[in-house]
Amino acid sequence: MQLFPCPFCGPRDETEFQFATEAGKALPEPAGDVSADRWAAYLYLKDNPKGVTREVWLHSTCGEFFLMERDTVTHAVIGSRAMGGEA
Amino acid sequence: MTRRYSAWTLAKEGLRGQTGWQPAWRTPEPKPTYDAVIIGGGGHGLATAYYLAKNHGIRNVAVIEKAWLGGGNTGRNTTTIRSNYFYPESVALYDFALTLYEGLGRELNYNIMFSQRGVLTVAHSEGEMEIAARTVNAMQINGTDAELLTPAQALDKAPLLNRDPRARYPVFGAVWQGRAGVARHDAVAWGYARAADGLGVDIIQDCEVTDFLVENGRCAGVETTRGTIRAGTVGLAVAGHSSVLAAKAGFRLPIQSYSLQAMVSEPVKPCLDTVVLYMGTGTYLFQSDKGEIVVGGGLDRVPSYAQRGNPPMQRTVLSGMLEMFPSFGQLRMLRQWAGNVDVVPDSSPLIGPSPLPGLYLNCGWGTGGFKSIPAGGWLLAHLMATGAHHAISRPFDLDRFATGRLVDEAAGSGIAH
Repeated sequence: MQLFPCPFCGPRDETEFQFATEAGKALPEPAGDVSADRWAAYLYLKDNPKGVTREVWLHSTCGEFFLMERDTVTHAVIGSRAMGGEA
Repeated sequence: MTRRYSAWTLAKEGLRGQTGWQPAWRTPEPKPTYDAVIIGGGGHGLATAYYLAKNHGIRNVAVIEKAWLGGGNTGRNTTTIRSNYFYPESVALYDFALTLYEGLGRELNYNIMFSQRGVLTVAHSEGEMEIAARTVNAMQINGTDAELLTPAQALDKAPLLNRDPRARYPVFGAVWQGRAGVARHDAVAWGYARAADGLGVDIIQDCEVTDFLVENGRCAGVETTRGTIRAGTVGLAVAGHSSVLAAKAGFRLPIQSYSLQAMVSEPVKPCLDTVVLYMGTGTYLFQSDKGEIVVGGGLDRVPSYAQRGNPPMQRTVLSGMLEMFPSFGQLRMLRQWAGNVDVVPDSSPLIGPSPLPGLYLNCGWGTGGFKSIPAGGWLLAHLMATGAHHAISRPFDLDRFATGRLVDEAAGSGIAH
């Protein structure tokens, strides 16, 4: 089992975590002016990089979302930190 | 010179000391220009090349593969072919593939070892039996074969199933699709490669696409590790790495890559002559022609390009196997592997024009790429040759994410894919 670092609980078993989304998405606003294509891009399109990626994860055990940087090829975790208002 | 495979040529070559066999396909140098270039030498890419030549008479075609034929997901799947889906659009697509598979060995003159041994999807409660009945009704209305089985009928199909009345997941009944089955995955890739080569298609291995050639806002070819190759039309069939190529072409896709893993046991004597999937555990398995038990399950839970698979899912899959077949606890596992799959939010594929004109997509197959190979190839060839959708591929266009007309099979059929 791999250990993921929860910023609140420390290193915990990977089965306690859930992937939420890629980091860095900004809600398009104002909602009334957002075209269907822009909504679809916000909701569905992904960079899905091969290599280093920044993601939002949920630590199900403590219920906190946080940011984690890791490598999608080696699975090495580069770091994690609490959300600071941005995503 | 022996080109055609038959019992007669086998006997003839046996008497001649096997000296007349030809390589199944050529190894040509890439030409500077083709009418059509397909990126990805897996099942879908090779099938696309074959149908471009066969259905549309376009023979000046190259398939470009970064490594070796069928070395990606085509060689890493668990070879099951079925069409037990819920929505009419999905059944039309997967049943088209299944129907093409039924005649494929003869069509390609290559034994793909398609064995229609049936898929048994076992339900464990009254609630799941209602879902099973709904699935069977949908499949029958959509024109494919499906039967709802009683517990006794289900146990008759797979006698070693867990019969303990206190089992966590008891056999309460099942969905049976008798036309479903398994085929030899390498043979599907090799058969299409050989048939396409016979029609004049160049299959170029060890040639990686590094960039796209864009002229006047249109895809005019590809840059590769073996030089520039110009093309009238370009197809992308690289599931598992679709986002990587899309980034080079300047657009993003609604895809997340995950690992999907599988395992095989040591070979044992024949004990299971169908494919069994448990709704409760998500584990499925069958016995290969060599006697190995081939086991698979759901996706790993961590987005990944690692092609190896994580231990928690191995544990889940093997626990599932022991729940389904307690006697398989005696088996020793021989190998474990994983492939990268394209996971799309509605669990349906992406087939259609890409945001870059002149580049067409065949990707997003999730865990179901192998069973779709003939249809994926047929439909991408149609798009590349005519520039327009075939009626079967139209619902799977990228535009469904903006229009909201998703084909949500994760919700529809509840099958892990």
